[in-house]
Amino acid sequence: MKYVVAIIKPFKLEEVREALSGVGVAGMTVSEVKGFGRQKGQTEIYRGAEYSTNMLPKVKIEVAVDDAIAPQVVEAISTTANTGAIGDGKIFVIDLASATRIRTGETGVEAL
Amino acid sequence: MGGMTMLRYCARAVAACGALTASTAALAQETAQAAAPAAFVPTAEMVNKGDVAWMLVASALVLMMSVPALALFYGGLVRTKNMLSVLMQVLTIVCVAALVWFAWGYSMAFTSTGTPFPKIVGGFDKAFLAGVDPTTLAATFSNGVYLPEYVFVIFQMTFACITPALIVGAFAERVKFTPLIIFTVVWLTLAYFPIAHMVWYWAGPDFLHAAPDDTGLLWGWGALDFAGGTVVHINAGIAGLVGCLVMGPRIGFQREAMPPHSLVMTMIGASLLWIGWFGFNAGSGLEANAFGALAFINTFTATAAAGATWAIIEQVLHKRPSLLGAATGVVAGLVAVTPAAGFAHPGTAILLGAVASAVCFVFVTTVKNKLRYDDSLDVFGVHAVGGIVGAIGTGIVANPALGGQGWIDYSEPVAKAGVYDMAGQIVTQLWAVGVTVLWTGVVSAVLFLLLKHTIGLRVAEDAEREGLDLREHGERAYNY
Repeated sequence: MKYVVAIIKPFKLEEVREALSGVGVAGMTVSEVKGFGRQKGQTEIYRGAEYSTNMLPKVKIEVAVDDAIAPQVVEAISTTANTGAIGDGKIFVIDLASATRIRTGETGVEAL
Repeated sequence: MGGMTMLRYCARAVAACGALTASTAALAQETAQAAAPAAFVPTAEMVNKGDVAWMLVASALVLMMSVPALALFYGGLVRTKNMLSVLMQVLTIVCVAALVWFAWGYSMAFTSTGTPFPKIVGGFDKAFLAGVDPTTLAATFSNGVYLPEYVFVIFQMTFACITPALIVGAFAERVKFTPLIIFTVVWLTLAYFPIAHMVWYWAGPDFLHAAPDDTGLLWGWGALDFAGGTVVHINAGIAGLVGCLVMGPRIGFQREAMPPHSLVMTMIGASLLWIGWFGFNAGSGLEANAFGALAFINTFTATAAAGATWAIIEQVLHKRPSLLGAATGVVAGLVAVTPAAGFAHPGTAILLGAVASAVCFVFVTTVKNKLRYDDSLDVFGVHAVGGIVGAIGTGIVANPALGGQGWIDYSEPVAKAGVYDMAGQIVTQLWAVGVTVLWTGVVSAVLFLLLKHTIGLRVAEDAEREGLDLREHGERAYNY
């Protein structure tokens, strides 16, 4: 099993969700996060007081998938979340040691 | 019309006085002296229900300027952790000021008896509204037109409520609650009531010719302040500046980001302020007539120009006009047109609003950052600066040659238009500004320093970091 973590632009979330459903992903966890990378921050001005915000809002998607579809998941995210501009985000793939469905006690791929 | 807001006057006392005059006159005739003219006695027939209805509505509009308008305008500008502290400060100040107004404020501001300095401040003859009842009357700006005295007491009460509430923005996010409330009571007594008396108290159009000295000091000088540019805005703005200087800047000022937590609320507050200000300015005419309408449209045009001007300046300088900027411009325009509302032409009001907006922009965005005083919500930069521009500008826009209303000469039994001397009027306006700045500056400095060195003015450092809502009030604004 693989654990796929993707940081994407917030407005791309809905497209990515649809694409992941298309490749058979049955569930995901989404969080609003902040961070920085190569994309520069923004400048906010309040009555002449300038604040540069280095941390930009992003959305983090986490999905646990069977090894078999992991490449398609990565492909689906990187295609749909791509705008061609810096700040599109990153995808990380981690080996997943175990998974358990709390209600039934199922484990492994059955729990995904 | 002419002066500013007005006098008080007890019809029953005058009725008694009239009887006395009658017997004196009889005596005078016996001694072969010239017969005295019959004393003027205002009667209930001189009260117009339209005026009463409008003034009661206007009073409610002015209260709305404090709660919720000012509270939301300020509240949106602070950080989440201090939201409730600002709302609570404004709400409590309004409550306390209303009680103080009832107890001794009205008497100190709008009587001239029982005081060693009748030009400076009134006495306590009407403390706890003694002698005021539904039959007593207060003058307007017109001969033979009166309001029930309660109406005048109520209208002016709302002004006493908002003025100290304006001050809190200067030292938001760090002031300790109890000393602030103590400050409010004493500052109203020693700064607001005397200045209101000096600027607004006069004997009234039917009595001034017989008692030409029965006015406040600045009214007597001929200073024009239609709705409270000096009394409310310069007064509060200077007190705020002194307060933030005595208290010192917030922890992290100019080092940490302190962005407003909800400009949505600031927008709601600024908009409600504008609406309420129609009561403040148009109501200050004290009658439901054309001069109230003139004050109304000037409050509209000057404010519109000021809001647009701020947005244009930001568009030019930053390429991004901000909501906060336009809202700040709106308030600057409202402040500037306050003393001029009943005197200007709608066109000159536009110029006044635009100039005030530009001057306030410089103070708020540049001067404050250069001089590094932490007037947190720009009480000085908007209210004192805008108020001073408005006070001086009033001397210009009131000029009948520029479409203004000039001033009314009440030295005869029937008021008539006075001869307008613009240069002289501007000098008078400057004197009025100077007296106000000096008076409130000294009173505020003494009070703030006394509090600072006795019970303390600031919350502890860790309380300031954690937020005033939790530490001063034991609650938080948003529980998600």
